[in-house]
Amino acid sequence: MSAPFLWILLPIVFSGILWLPRNQRVVVLLGCTFVFFLTLAAWLLPIEAALQIGSFSFKLGSSIDILGRYLILTSPDRPFLALVYGSEFLWFIALAGSNLSRRLIPLGLVITALLVASVAVEPYLYAALPIQMAVLLSIPFLAPIGTRPGRGIMRFLIFQTLAVPLILFSGWLLTGIEANSGNLVLILQASILLGLGFIFLLAIFPFHSWIPLLTEETSPLTVGFILWIFPTAAMFFGLGLIDRYTWLRDLANLPMILTGAGVLMVVSGGLLAAFQRHLGRIMGYAVIVETGYSLLAIGLGGQTGLNLFYFLLVPRLLSLITWSFALGILKENAPSLTMQGIQGRGRTFPFAAVGVILANLSLASLPLLAGFPGHQALWEGLARQSLNRAFWILLGSLGLFIGAIRTLVAFSEVQEGTPWTAGENWFQRLLMSLAWAALGIFGLFPQWAQLLWTKLPAMFEHFLQ
Amino acid sequence: MVLALNVFALLLAIITTTGLLLYRDWRYSLGFLAAQYLVVFWLCQAHWPISMAAVKLVTGWMVCAALGITQLSNSSPTEAEENSWPQGRLFRLFSAGLALVVTFALSNSASSWLGLSVPAAWAGLILIGMGLLHLGITAQPFRVILGLLTVLSGFEILYAAVEGSVLVAALLAAVNLGLALVGAYFLYANPLEEP
Repeated sequence: MSAPFLWILLPIVFSGILWLPRNQRVVVLLGCTFVFFLTLAAWLLPIEAALQIGSFSFKLGSSIDILGRYLILTSPDRPFLALVYGSEFLWFIALAGSNLSRRLIPLGLVITALLVASVAVEPYLYAALPIQMAVLLSIPFLAPIGTRPGRGIMRFLIFQTLAVPLILFSGWLLTGIEANSGNLVLILQASILLGLGFIFLLAIFPFHSWIPLLTEETSPLTVGFILWIFPTAAMFFGLGLIDRYTWLRDLANLPMILTGAGVLMVVSGGLLAAFQRHLGRIMGYAVIVETGYSLLAIGLGGQTGLNLFYFLLVPRLLSLITWSFALGILKENAPSLTMQGIQGRGRTFPFAAVGVILANLSLASLPLLAGFPGHQALWEGLARQSLNRAFWILLGSLGLFIGAIRTLVAFSEVQEGTPWTAGENWFQRLLMSLAWAALGIFGLFPQWAQLLWTKLPAMFEHFLQ
Repeated sequence: MVLALNVFALLLAIITTTGLLLYRDWRYSLGFLAAQYLVVFWLCQAHWPISMAAVKLVTGWMVCAALGITQLSNSSPTEAEENSWPQGRLFRLFSAGLALVVTFALSNSASSWLGLSVPAAWAGLILIGMGLLHLGITAQPFRVILGLLTVLSGFEILYAAVEGSVLVAALLAAVNLGLALVGAYFLYANPLEEP
């Protein structure tokens, strides 16, 4: 057996099997168990090294050949696989409470497998095609049958599709640069095409408009999953490019471009979040801010930048799951997710309301919550380079903070005499309580996420040189 | 002879993309799209083995069939008007003319850059330009899918000159079919909507 078979092809086959059971609980149970074992396998099984269990010897190969090209997963990719499938496990548990889990879990599994394929495919620039397939599969994930596709979904589809030609063409130019590394015109052309491709792929300003639209139009839980998995995969794809191509690493303007784009996203996302009247849109803008933070971390460069990039992943995952799950509960039980629609829900759905506020505050970098340590370290790194930039970033976080306060005010606006009740069911209460605890624990003990992020840098060894 | 056929393919590309932009009836649109895939096939076979280029044609016609069958299964015979401004045929014709001029200006440099004949480079650029124009002036799911398929068709003509990988051809075919299925899904989700 080979690693790409285990972590790419097998999940695709298994997702087909998951369509068969009619019972939703069976699908949830099978999906969660399968993804849990994939995570465990990523954590424990070595690749291209013999594993001896008693008299039984087992070796996981690193590549498979498909139509003359390769899917390659090596040992340094294992923490990435553990992160992706581990996060999927958490999302699937959150999806278990949804009526749509029978459809969403198989689709989510294929989407994840395709995004893993995007990191594994050789030549590397072909990654745009598995990503595009994942985008196409995420359409039924986001828009259930019978609902009218909104502008957000259409823009998501358009922008992600437009990234494909740009990235594939830049791949062709990159092979030219490898053969003729001194050709500045070729480098400029490749940089422009690659940059444009990533602007579409990562929803970088001004092509980010689909994110708030999508979070407003669709189920918070499904859109939360999409907004976690796509930017994360695209970031790893981008880091892989920087790691592989020396000319890209040596590009003098690259840190400035990344930092500039990051500042723009944090400031625009944060400030716009402060003025939103829809809770879903605030979450959308928070995702834009987080993408900006990731770009800033990569822009810092070296070991510090890479470590910060990884450091931000776990708090982001926890905050997004909490936020999406809580919004999902509120969406089912409130007329709408507008400030007016959720007025007073803090007293009738306290678990969900606190979840929304904590997740929002965590991404707004409130001390003692999971998002703070990573953001604080990033501010420190940025402030060493430029105080101006650090100030602007702080302004972006302030915008998110204002969004959280406005939401809190809306939750608290109740008519006098309204009794305290908890409208959530026991499963929702349990998950929300665990989510609060996780946000607090990772805020107090950020080093616990180290288990993961200390191993991840091995994926991009050239980036550190 | 080959040059004459390339020029014919270019003319066909101009006619089909302009037709896609001007005609709102889905039957005409799918007819134009099917003809467009003939152009893609012809211009790709200059760089690829004919059996591989035929994949583009077969995939393209499968795309048209998938969209057509879904449209046929929709019961509403009425044609919904696009709500966004501008929607006049004259405007679309004028913008198509602009796109033609811009792509013509770019075609020479694209031809020497990619090692394509000028008609092939221009045809590819026309499809990309008109597809983008299409995406810019419509918000209807069916039209958006047509626009995306047109952009990808143009890209495939240009990309065929520089990349001959079977895997890429297969994946691009899968992306085209996936877009058609997404289009069919959108139409299925909105049975009352007609382009």
